[in-house]
Amino acid sequence: MSPLRPLSVSDGNGERLRFQVAMYLVVVVFVGLLLRLWYLQLIHGETYRSLSEHNRIRIEDIAPTRGIIYDRYGRILVDNRPAFKLAIVPEDVSDLQQTLFHLSQILGVDRGQLSEKIQGAPKGAPFRPIVLRRDMTRDQLAAVESHRFHLPGVMVQIEPRRSYERPSFAAHLIGYLGEIEEAQLKDRRPQGYKLGDYLGKYGVEMEWEGMLKGKRGGRQVEADAMGRQLRILREVSSRPGRNLVLALDARLQHRAEAVLEGKAGAIIVLDPDNGDILAMASSPAFDQNQFVRGFSSSEWQAIVGDPLHPLENKGIQGQYPPGSTFKPVVVAAALEEGVVEPGTVLNCQGEYRLGNRTYRCWKKEGHGQLALREALVQSCDVYFYQLGQMLGVDRMASYARLFGLDSRTQIRLNNEARGLVPTSQWKLKRYSVPWQKGEDLNVAIGQGFLLATPIQIGMLYGAIGNGGKFLRPRVVLRVEDTSGRLVHNVYPDMLRKLALRPATLSFLQEALVGVIQEPYGTGRAAQLHGIKMAGKTGTAQVVRMADDEEEQDASEVPYEFRDHAWFVAYAPAETPEILVVVLVEHGGHGASAAAPLARQVMEEYFKSRPRVKTAQSSADSDKPALGINQQAAASGQQAVR
Amino acid sequence: MIDRRLIQNFDWLLLLLACAIVATGLVILYSAVSSGGKAHSGILMRQIYWLGIGFVAMALAFSLDYQWLERFAYPLYIGGLLLLVAVLVHGKTVSGSKRWLDLGLVVAQPSELMKPLLVIALARYFARQEKRDGYRIRDLGLPAIIVVIPVLLVLLEPDLGTAMILLIISVSVVLFVGVQPFSLLVLAGCSLGSLPLLWFLMKGYQRQRILTLIEPSRDPLGAGYHIIQSKIAVGSGQFWGKGFLEGTQSQLRFIPEHHTDFIFSVLAEEWGFLGSILLLGLFLCLLLRGLSLARRSRDHFGALLGFGITVILFWHVAVNIGMVLGMLPVVGIPLPLVSYGGSSAVVTMASIGILLNVGMRKFVFQK
Repeated sequence: MSPLRPLSVSDGNGERLRFQVAMYLVVVVFVGLLLRLWYLQLIHGETYRSLSEHNRIRIEDIAPTRGIIYDRYGRILVDNRPAFKLAIVPEDVSDLQQTLFHLSQILGVDRGQLSEKIQGAPKGAPFRPIVLRRDMTRDQLAAVESHRFHLPGVMVQIEPRRSYERPSFAAHLIGYLGEIEEAQLKDRRPQGYKLGDYLGKYGVEMEWEGMLKGKRGGRQVEADAMGRQLRILREVSSRPGRNLVLALDARLQHRAEAVLEGKAGAIIVLDPDNGDILAMASSPAFDQNQFVRGFSSSEWQAIVGDPLHPLENKGIQGQYPPGSTFKPVVVAAALEEGVVEPGTVLNCQGEYRLGNRTYRCWKKEGHGQLALREALVQSCDVYFYQLGQMLGVDRMASYARLFGLDSRTQIRLNNEARGLVPTSQWKLKRYSVPWQKGEDLNVAIGQGFLLATPIQIGMLYGAIGNGGKFLRPRVVLRVEDTSGRLVHNVYPDMLRKLALRPATLSFLQEALVGVIQEPYGTGRAAQLHGIKMAGKTGTAQVVRMADDEEEQDASEVPYEFRDHAWFVAYAPAETPEILVVVLVEHGGHGASAAAPLARQVMEEYFKSRPRVKTAQSSADSDKPALGINQQAAASGQQAVR
Repeated sequence: MIDRRLIQNFDWLLLLLACAIVATGLVILYSAVSSGGKAHSGILMRQIYWLGIGFVAMALAFSLDYQWLERFAYPLYIGGLLLLVAVLVHGKTVSGSKRWLDLGLVVAQPSELMKPLLVIALARYFARQEKRDGYRIRDLGLPAIIVVIPVLLVLLEPDLGTAMILLIISVSVVLFVGVQPFSLLVLAGCSLGSLPLLWFLMKGYQRQRILTLIEPSRDPLGAGYHIIQSKIAVGSGQFWGKGFLEGTQSQLRFIPEHHTDFIFSVLAEEWGFLGSILLLGLFLCLLLRGLSLARRSRDHFGALLGFGITVILFWHVAVNIGMVLGMLPVVGIPLPLVSYGGSSAVVTMASIGILLNVGMRKFVFQK
């Protein structure tokens, strides 16, 4: 260390002076603080004392209006309405028991219930209004207003409330709101959520919560001793949420729901060219308003305990054996792997023997000699048993994955299931039992362990129809602000291309036309005059029949043992612009139970076809016919590009 | 063996002033947390426990000759930086910012520790690079780096208030050691000129935060409301105060953070103008005493160290009380020895220990 030097020598008066200045500055600052104290406590002390007595300056929230949801043509699907909520500031109430008694009579509830709410309120800040009732009826409102003078500390506030214009319409797709739970509140507080707030809990309402919710505002209010508002000191207005324009076509949705009425199942209508979800119906549905209102415990029990699972979106959550809708995958595998040629003729006698077991064709008398194309058109099981035997499960599984099974379609909705594609390894691991030869046969006709969701089947056939493109299903087209200006555009999103030889793809396309258009095609029930359609039926067994059991009439089988009916079709076959998937749970045969429903939806679409397709392809030609509201958005869209 | 002169020169007055402030602080804290219910019941005990540790830290800080601080100034500084980096990597996130480091037994706030460490590093640099007629810009390159690194690390937490305090303290030290008039002009011009650029680079919400800081009424539902409530609390205390435990503003929890950053408002409400000027007076005496100890230091490092430590205390008191009185932006700066907070309490006590250290060894002699 350097030798120490006496300070007085090295620094002399310079540093001494600086210390002096520093001391003066400290004193000056303290005098400043003292004067400020003098000003606040002595000069204005009286005013502040009286302000503190009742703490008259309070904060009041201004709830934001949640974004409106439109269909692709600007029809309002979800809106808000004003609702009146009753709140109380216990600190302002002179006789709480008396007031609660009064209110309990007006609201028609037990007084204990009300005082529970007050006791249960978070003990955060004092003079915070505690909400007693969120959505008062007109009569209750009138009663409170007329007794206002006798009810100090009681207030009525207006708040926007979610209103589902057509109850249960597209309920699974749009979803619903619910009050925030305490567990959610912990993570969401930084985003501005508070106890008692509503947020999206399902469907689009949940996935697009960040856009829809808007931003809360508030005001500083000066109140009198009775808690009544005297004047507003400051106000920060709320920012309404963004509006959403869905890909949905309300007319098709309506039709899809109508044809599913009384059945359990799902219909998805989509545009194979860009992935637009034009309709997504799941039956039975539920009334979303009930979620906003809140359930009584018996209502909740009824909806949760319903064996038809109304809360489940069967289009993306329901997993079913794909049945014969899986057959194109097997055909593609067989052609690509070279195990058969298109001309390979095999025989169907109505059944197929493997070891000591007999596997039947759906057609008891058999199809006789047929080639690959006819086998698909007529959905001959025996032909596919043989393909399955030649291919083996693992090769079929790899093609199933190629076609998007066993993975989510990445639709932006919660709870999408991924289905299941078995392999020999998977079975060994899962059940510790080796794969049996006979199981190859089951997989070849879409049975066994295979499971797929309707949306997966839709995207699979969409990819066949559109030349091999796998797109992300598009639920929301764009986000707009309240004046209709574009905020965010959702472009079609191509995920991957189907890696198949062009000959294989066109073989499939051509055969699927045969399924609908030819006299022996299994899907001829879906035929629509003047429209060339392509598709496939499917019948998924729920319980396997015993070998020697005779096939029974559908009506004789108990409901839960009946087969699931599938049908999927797109049109026009050459340049598909609409695809319909139908699944009817326990509906019986696809050809009779599902195909006619698809035809009705197709019919609705072609009745007033919304646009004329040009040769130019997909991604940019997806602008819908524009409503007034969308004109501005579309021009904004141009500007963005 | 302890030199008798060390005991002779021990500054009992400074210790007494610090103890008086600590005692006042505990009384106010008792009042501030008395209404808080369960969540707050342990706060007073924890603060006493921390102050106990603080006294130990103080004793350590004055028993070793401060020349050791000079010798280890840079390693200590780097240690402080490492802790700040650790906070960013492993820190606990509380309401959106990472400020606390979980050290197993305790949760500490390294940015508090950084304040004296920064001052020590600066004092060491300037004591070794003496310039009679003031420093020029190129002499200030290294100190600038010494200052900017911790400021940036604290900004990343993000803790705007502490970053600003670090900056103000450093500027005070630099002004104290003296800068050539021309260099000073250039520096002032550059920093003023860079403000618009900085503003331009900031994102919208960041600008909003700065504006709110400067003008709380822009955020009438948050900071603006707190300031109003704080002013009501202080003003309603009038001359005599409402009495111990009688402050409605603080007892009813109108004021957020009333046991930490806004604790002065509890004093002002319950003890009035009288109590407020008493505490202000104690702080003023403490600061003036600190400066005079520094002035009489035996060497340049001691003088700078004593000055820097006093400056830290000064800015905390001024900014904190200024904020409570609605004169200054709402930044999260504690009132030393009074606000609840372990890291702040221990570090402040140790800082007082350093001041005592400088005072004890004021005579020039060598062992």
